[in-house]
Formats: sequence, structure tokens, C-alpha cells
Amino acid sequence: MKLGSTEDILFQELKGRESQRRRSRDFVLGLGKTLAVLEARENQGMFEIETRGLVKRFGTRVVLDGIDLHVDQGETLAILGPSGSGKSTLLRCLNALTPFDAGRVRVGEIVLGAGKVPRDLAIQVRRQLGMVFQDFALFPHLRAVDNVALGPRLVLGLTHAQARERALQLLSRVGLAHRADAFPSQLSGGEKQRVAIARALAMEPKGLLCDEITSALDPELKWEVLEVLADLKREGLTLIVVTHEVGFARRVADRVCILTEGRILEHGPPAEVLEHPKTLRVQQFLARVLS
Amino acid sequence: MHPGEDGVSSERAYFRHRLGLAALLVFAWTGSMFGQGEEVPTPGSAQPLPPLRWGADAEGGAPYIFNDPQRPDELLGFEVEIVQALERELGRRIVHKQYDFKKLIEGLERGDIDFAMNGLEITSDRQKRVRFSRPYYVFKLQLVVREGEGEIGSLGACVKRRARVGTLENTAASRLLERLGLPTYLYDSQVTPFEDLAVNRLDAVLLDVPIVLYHTRDKPGLKLVEPLVSGRGYYAIAFRKEDEELARQFDAALERLLLSGELRRIYEKWGLWNVSQEELYPPNQFGLELSAAPSQPQELRGWSFASYFPLLARAAWVTVELTVLSMAVAVLVGLVVAVCRLYAPYPVQLLALAYVEFFRGVPVLLLLYFLYFGLPAIGQVVQWEVPLRWSPFVTAVIGLGLNYAAYEAEIYRAAIMAIPRHQWEAAASLGLTPTQTFRYVILPQAVRIILPPSTTDFVALFKDTSLAGTITVVELSKQYQILSTSGADYRALVEIGVVTALLYLLMAVPLGYISRRLEECWHGGQLGEGRH
Repeated sequence: MKLGSTEDILFQELKGRESQRRRSRDFVLGLGKTLAVLEARENQGMFEIETRGLVKRFGTRVVLDGIDLHVDQGETLAILGPSGSGKSTLLRCLNALTPFDAGRVRVGEIVLGAGKVPRDLAIQVRRQLGMVFQDFALFPHLRAVDNVALGPRLVLGLTHAQARERALQLLSRVGLAHRADAFPSQLSGGEKQRVAIARALAMEPKGLLCDEITSALDPELKWEVLEVLADLKREGLTLIVVTHEVGFARRVADRVCILTEGRILEHGPPAEVLEHPKTLRVQQFLARVLS
Repeated sequence: MHPGEDGVSSERAYFRHRLGLAALLVFAWTGSMFGQGEEVPTPGSAQPLPPLRWGADAEGGAPYIFNDPQRPDELLGFEVEIVQALERELGRRIVHKQYDFKKLIEGLERGDIDFAMNGLEITSDRQKRVRFSRPYYVFKLQLVVREGEGEIGSLGACVKRRARVGTLENTAASRLLERLGLPTYLYDSQVTPFEDLAVNRLDAVLLDVPIVLYHTRDKPGLKLVEPLVSGRGYYAIAFRKEDEELARQFDAALERLLLSGELRRIYEKWGLWNVSQEELYPPNQFGLELSAAPSQPQELRGWSFASYFPLLARAAWVTVELTVLSMAVAVLVGLVVAVCRLYAPYPVQLLALAYVEFFRGVPVLLLLYFLYFGLPAIGQVVQWEVPLRWSPFVTAVIGLGLNYAAYEAEIYRAAIMAIPRHQWEAAASLGLTPTQTFRYVILPQAVRIILPPSTTDFVALFKDTSLAGTITVVELSKQYQILSTSGADYRALVEIGVVTALLYLLMAVPLGYISRRLEECWHGGQLGEGRH
């Protein structure tokens, strides 16, 4: 991509700032609009997710107030926080479901700026970052296997047979091979969520965003979903998990961050943040969640 | 005499008896000077007789009876003038009562009117039901074609070339055409056949001379075929059979008008006089010659189930075709309008909204009239070469389709909006484009919501296809109407009506059943709990 002079300067500046914090890498940043495609010259193949100064407002209410995050490839980040703290919005900004007002988001080699995201760029981001929702959001008119096969068929251009084969593989990976022909209404909550995970994995994403995926489940069904997540981590998938399961966060997450009122109050290894919170807010929050 | 006749007249006698009018009959039979006063409420009183009620259809009724275009509350027409002359001759007031031409005989039998005079020709089946006066006009049939038409010079040529011939329903001309087996286009109004001939929807029009003479006066593009169709018929006034005395008075009055030259003066004024009318003068006895308008193919068929059922079944099939094709138009247009309402740029959204409001607010009947009669007229004015002269069937499909598309669009819009937003997001998070999402995720779910209200619309449309009858499509209701005004008695009317209703039900009920089965199937599979 050819760069204009102003862009060049900004590019250099950005590059300088980046290299202070991170190993150097190159961005290509499209100004004015949000589009920017980045070509990594070093560390090719490394998949990282990053936000800088991310601000999101709904009307006058500031939901995200300057979020700086960084997730390395293969890392699992757990985001905790009281409801309404902006956790879900943060995830939705990462895969361009929600446009944001300031700052930027980088997913692998793709950089998103403030404002409306062009459709093809959004689709590129979403192919790298799968997403699983609290209420499953399965397609009720399709059988489990077709829920999983739809994306590969339409987006990746697989044939019907190929897509089905991949879907069956993924269903057996989440332990649901025997439920392939069931409709969502015939599945239990835990089964539904595992199908939803398989559906996201079918697009072969590099990372997975999980938005309170166990909140709608009965306690005895949660473990089957969380087990799947732990497996995915072992297989090297980058995970960003918004959750209320402190136990899961402690056991599986590499890092934990606590989000309150649109800001990151604390973040670090789970042992540090969850066992020895520094701020009173976080201490109160954890006490409430754990009780 | 067919079997229904006795039953009907005895029923009628019973009815009259119940009204306490039997005494009046006696009164009439005593030969009183005012013997025609069978509707007088207080027998034996000497007060002046109430005016006689004259049933005639002034709607598109020129030159017989029609509203003066300058002063719409005044009636014009040669029959109006004859009635005025009769009024003077009889010394009794006559008031006009607007009555549908096709229902005149029924109106007479019901007692809504005292006599019917509206270019009613004497036919043998009508004679079974009413008492006709002496004829007051001898009519012939005239074939009309477009100027420059070289091929069709006679009825014979029409038959040979399978020409499209238009005429009025239930007339001598329509029966003649039916007997000849020509593809006939039946109209309600006297004006529209000539309009359709002018715009090439018809190849010829066959109608009574007075109608033709009047309606072709200002139409330069049309040509009267010489000579007149051979054979003739008679216009006469119809009375209830039991009003013999009144009928006799009219006969005498008509004869006086003939002899005084008053009738001829009226006909000459309207340009209707010709030598055929000499036949009217006494002492002619008027045998029912009517070679041009032979009486009653229906009667020959005897109104048996086997005679009318094939007609109804064929018309039912037309109804099915109309419904299915109109619904196809409605679904396609409706979907496009719904999508425009939801996702198009703002100006297009407004257009879609305007479409919905317009077609939902305009009566289908009006829309059909506009498409059928209005568009060709506009096409003529703007000299547009695009063919706006659709056939009646195509016009009906387009009109009904566009109308129902407005209803469908609103159903679809509501259904699409009812799909949770998360479905869009889930599809988007997989990388589906909005179009793919709509096609593969939203629409299949919306269809399940759409189905029940759409089925209701489908059945409603099914019944609304009867409106196509107004633009000459012979569908089930129209066929019933034609049969019911072709001289059937009440018993046949009821029987045919029941059969028609059964045909409608036979088609509508399975529709509902199929729709319910589909719903159950989908619900059982996907939205119900735990069924396998």
C-alpha cells in the first residue's frame, strides 16, 4: 500500500511508540477512514490482539473509557467485572460488531480505527476472531451440523460435503457427534453452547471471544463448556473470556483483568489479581462474586 | 314447463297471502275501473292510486334510460319518453326505480317494482315467469368492427376466424354467440365493449341496434357491418303474471301510442325508427320468431347438475389460476417492498411506505378498473407504444397481486423485525455478509412467522378474485352470476349457489389444512421442546 506523506509521519511516530512497548513491527495505517491493513515483516504469523485508548460512548454515557489491552498469541485473558462495566461492549469492539468512538484496535495484522468499519475489513477481522454468545444465538431452523457447516460453506467456499465433514469433526471435538442431526430446540443448554463453540471454530479463527458463555447455563452444565475452553487453550487458541467464573479464571487464564465503569482497574496473573487485589473496588467486587 | 315453476309460484302466492294482499286480487278481479291497484294498502278506498314503480337500469343505459350528463338528477332516453307518454295515457303517475338490469325479473317477482321496461326482449324462458306486454320495439343485432377491418364482414367470418366478440351479459346477442360457440367477452356496461373494441382487446362487438347506434355516434374508429344480422327480437314491458289487468291497460295504452304516431315520433327523435317497426302495428300477433335470439340453450340443457357443473368447474379452475398467479406476484413484490422498507436508503424507504399506504388504501375494484380501462386510455393519450392493454386475466393478476403485495410487505416486515438481533450478530461473527445472513439465516426463520397470516391472506385473495368478474374474467363468482341471471328459477339459483359455495370451500379448506400441517411440522422439528 502506498502511503501519503502525512500518513508516513504518523506511521513513523506510531512505529516509534509501538517499539517502546513491543518488539518493532510495521503498521500500515489508513487515516481519516478506519481502514488500515498491516503487513507484518517481522514475527510473521504471530497473532496478537491489542487495543489502544479505546473509547466507546452510548449517547453521553461513556461505556469504555480508554482501554489499553494486549493479548499474545495462545494467551488466555479473562475479563471480570460487575455487570454494566463494558465487558461485552469491549468484546464487540474487538470483532467490529460495534463501532467505537476513539482509539484503535489491532487484531493480528488488521487495524481498526474509530467510526464505522468497512464491511470487508469487518469480515476479515471476524474470520480471525470467532465469537460465542451468552444466549448461544444458534440458528433455530438448522440442525446442529448445519449450524456449524453454514459459515464454512458460505464464507470459506467449502462444498456441502466438505463443510459437513468439517462440522462433524468439530462436533465430535466438543463431544456432540451423536447430536449432529438435532435441532437447537432439542439440545440442552450446555449442548447448545458447545455447538456454538464448534460453529465459531469451524471458521478456523486464530482467537475466540467468549461473552459470558456459561451465564445462561445450570451449574452442572457449566463444566462441560468450560472443559471445552480449557481444551482449546491447550491446543494453542488465543482466548478472551468475559466471565463470572472466578474459579475458571484462576485455573485457566494466563492473565486476568478487572473492568469497572469502562476502565481497567487491575490486571495481571490470576494469582496476583484474584488473591491480592490492590484496590478496594476490586476487593469488594471479588468478595461479592465469590460469596 | 320445468319442475321448479310450480313450487315457486305457490310460494309466491303464500307470501302474498301472508301480506294480506289476497283481498286485493279479488278487488282487481271485480273489474273495477282502477283494477290495476293491486298494491293499494287499503282496499276499497277511493283515494288516488299510488304511483307505479318502473324498474330500469339507468347505469350506462343510454339510449334507453340514462342520467342527463348536464343535470344528473334528470333522466333521459327513449324509454323515459315512452313512459312519460304512458303516464299521460294511463292517467297515473309512474316513478323510476333504479334496478340492476340482470335482476329486473327477480325484482318484479319480489315486488320491488310493478313493471320492468329496459330493453327487455321477449324470450320463452322469461315468458314463463312474467307477463309481457305487446312489443314496443323491434330490434335487430348489429355487428361492429374497427375501421379498416377487412377480414370480419359477418358473423360467419367471426366464427371462421375465431374472433373475440364482446357483448352484454344475458342478452339475445350473448345467447347467439354462445350458440355459435364463439369466444365471448361478456360485459356489464354498454360503454366498455366499444372501448375495448377501439383498443383492440376485441375484434368485434355484437349488440342490439339501439345500443350500437347510440354508442358509436362519437367513435370515429368503429364501423357498422352491413347488413344487420338476420332475425329480430322484440322489446316488451314485463309484469307479474297475476297483474294481468295492469298489463292489459298497458297493452291498450301502447296501442294508442302506436296509432297516434306518438311512439314513432319518439323513435324518430332518437334516430331509432326503421321499417322493421311497421311490424308493431296491429293486428300483428307477434309469434316468437326470434331467429337471431333463439331462446335458451340453458333451457334445453334443463338446468341439471350435469349442465351447469362443467361451467362452474371450469370457472373454479380460472379462480385457482388467478389466485396462484396473483399470490406469486404479491409474494415477490411484497418481499421487495418489505426489504426496501427495512434496509433501503431513506428515500427508497419512503417510496416503499408510499406503496404500502397507497395499495392498502385503494379498493381493489377501483384498481382493477383503472388498470383495465384507465391505462389503455392513458396509453392512447401519450401515444406510448408499450402495450398497456393487458388482457382481462393479466390485468386481474397484476391488480390483485399489487394490492396484496402491500399486505404481504407489512407481514414480512413485521416477521423480519421479529427475528432477534443476535441472529444477525451471530451470522456476522461468522463472517457472513448481510445479504447472506438475510438469505440463509433471517428469511428461513421469518417464513415460519409469515406462514399463518399469509395463509389467511391467500384465502382472502382467493375470494377477492371474484372482483376479476368486473373486468370480464369469467371466474367462479362471475360464472355463478351469469348462470343465476340466465333464467334459472329460485330453486336452481339456490342449488347452483350451494354448489358454487361448496367449490370455494373445497378449494379453501385444504389450503388451511396444508398450512397448519407445515406449521406443525416446523414447530415439531425446531421450535417445540424435545420432540424427535
